[in-house]
Amino acid sequence: MSASFTKSTARNIFYGGAVFFFLLFVALTLDTVQALPKRDNRANLTEQVARGKKLWEVNNCIGCHTLLGEGAYFAPELGNVYQRRGPEFIKAWIKAQPTGAPGRRQMPNFHLNDAELDDLVAFLKYSSEINTNNWPPNIEG
Amino acid sequence: MTSSAMATARSASVSAAANDPLTNVQLKYRSQAVAKPYFVAAIGLFVGQIVFGLIMGLQYVIGDFLFPAIPFNVARMVHTNLLIVWLLFGFMGAGYFLIPEESERELHSPKLALITFWVFLVAGALTIVGYLAVPYATLAKITGNDLLPTMGREFLEQPTITKIGIVLVALSFLFNLSMTVLKGRKTSISMVMMLGLWGLAIFFLFSFYNPDNLVLDKYFWWWVVHLWVEGVWELIMGAMLAFVLVKVTGIDREIIEKWLYVIIAMTLISGIIGTGHHYFWIGAPAYWQVWGSVFSALEPIPFFMMTLFAFNVVNKRRREHPNKAAVLWALGTGVMAFLGAGVWGFLHTLAPVNYLTHGTQITASHGHMAFYGAYAMVVMTMISYAMPLMRGREANSNAAQVVEMWSFWLMTVAMVFITLFLTAAGILQVWMQRMGDTPLSFMATQDKIAFFYWLRELSGVVFFIGLLLYIVSFFVRGNERASA
Repeated sequence: MSASFTKSTARNIFYGGAVFFFLLFVALTLDTVQALPKRDNRANLTEQVARGKKLWEVNNCIGCHTLLGEGAYFAPELGNVYQRRGPEFIKAWIKAQPTGAPGRRQMPNFHLNDAELDDLVAFLKYSSEINTNNWPPNIEG
Repeated sequence: MTSSAMATARSASVSAAANDPLTNVQLKYRSQAVAKPYFVAAIGLFVGQIVFGLIMGLQYVIGDFLFPAIPFNVARMVHTNLLIVWLLFGFMGAGYFLIPEESERELHSPKLALITFWVFLVAGALTIVGYLAVPYATLAKITGNDLLPTMGREFLEQPTITKIGIVLVALSFLFNLSMTVLKGRKTSISMVMMLGLWGLAIFFLFSFYNPDNLVLDKYFWWWVVHLWVEGVWELIMGAMLAFVLVKVTGIDREIIEKWLYVIIAMTLISGIIGTGHHYFWIGAPAYWQVWGSVFSALEPIPFFMMTLFAFNVVNKRRREHPNKAAVLWALGTGVMAFLGAGVWGFLHTLAPVNYLTHGTQITASHGHMAFYGAYAMVVMTMISYAMPLMRGREANSNAAQVVEMWSFWLMTVAMVFITLFLTAAGILQVWMQRMGDTPLSFMATQDKIAFFYWLRELSGVVFFIGLLLYIVSFFVRGNERASA
């Protein structure tokens, strides 16, 4: 690098750039947080949905599945599973695990009772109604 | 005495000195030796990470392998968490090694560093045992997740008490290093390292924020994950690379530190707003598609500069350092970080592309090469440079370095193939599952791309052989060079 471009110039660009862009990021975040009520389906965020989210978390569903495209890529996307399969199929499927089919990927049985299954389905329904800018591209996720 | 007898005698005295930091002439400051257990632990956990990676790779094609003993989600949690923990051990070891040398004084408290080491290791081991021994929901219950629910989110699966432990370990580590820096010489390298490490600790605090609102949860989850790996970790990486390059090339520190500032300036200028490439499809406003695409398209620049930087200073080197392996790791870090983080990141970062690739094997391919190329390799660069010094010699014997270089090539080439096979799987997955009028279901698609998962698993076996060879290189003897 040229000698006229000194270390202290480089340092100033670093500190100035870091501070400027972090503040810009904070500003965009504030704007996002203000815009979210119209997008994040919070009107339907009930107690039951919150319980469903806890079940989603403590059973580490994200360890195999994706939710809105984030998570592991071992098992299907569940952000739109409510539309793809419907509530009754989802509950029956979870209860029927593991399939035990030889050589096939296996999902553990999480021993959820009927109320818990309803909570989980409520959470998946709520998730499916978030405005994701039309993602995923089709019903298969 | 014949010259070979003298060499034997010298080599014997060197190995005796190796175990005693008091007589180690290679270390400028005795307390730098506390880095050694950190590096040893890092390598041990690295082995565990790869073992579980191989298990998962097999589960991709033999779905019921080890089920129900180790379900996929457990293996994955162990695989990713071990990665994070061994890299943290590597960063901490690097901090304990380079901060005293940069500050030109002994570490504030070597004893605290060793206590911190054992606390971190035991907490980490207990967490992994917890993952493997009981169902995750049970682990959540017995660790009191209900009091402050933070578990069950990708990469942040650790029980809340483990997270609190991580914060305490980080504080103890940062206190120790900050006191050392404050009382000693302040260099650009040490300032950047400290900034990166403090940033790591501060952004980790967002892991305690877990609202019921899924969009807010995901939005701020990225403040840990993205602002770590595409933000402050790059500062740590840059500082580690700069430190090693100063040592092995003999190039004027002013030049190297100027490079360092330019690189990390570009890192944060592109990477902070670049967080937006994660906000396309999770409920955040659509304008993030523009902000995220534009800024994350710039994210390869700092990585490309890192490659230029490494090759430039090595080409213009003022000395021939006997540790050729460390130089190889440093150059390799630049190249592989650029390919994995830069090129493979750019591949799917533009919103119209990401619309189709989001959450597929394309993401997995990028994740593998980026983590290896940037962070695994920079830690191995540091270990390669520092470990011989801590063992009382400037560089390992030629024989040991040859083995280490073999391990470099095996692991690196294997990782290139893992990435290529996952990319192929990902392209086919996108094609079959997301494009066209009659998309296949997820599992039908997985069955059709199984061939590429088998190739990935084979590459993984080669990677594992490379890793075993890496460990062997620490035990290869030969004429060790005590001085240049």
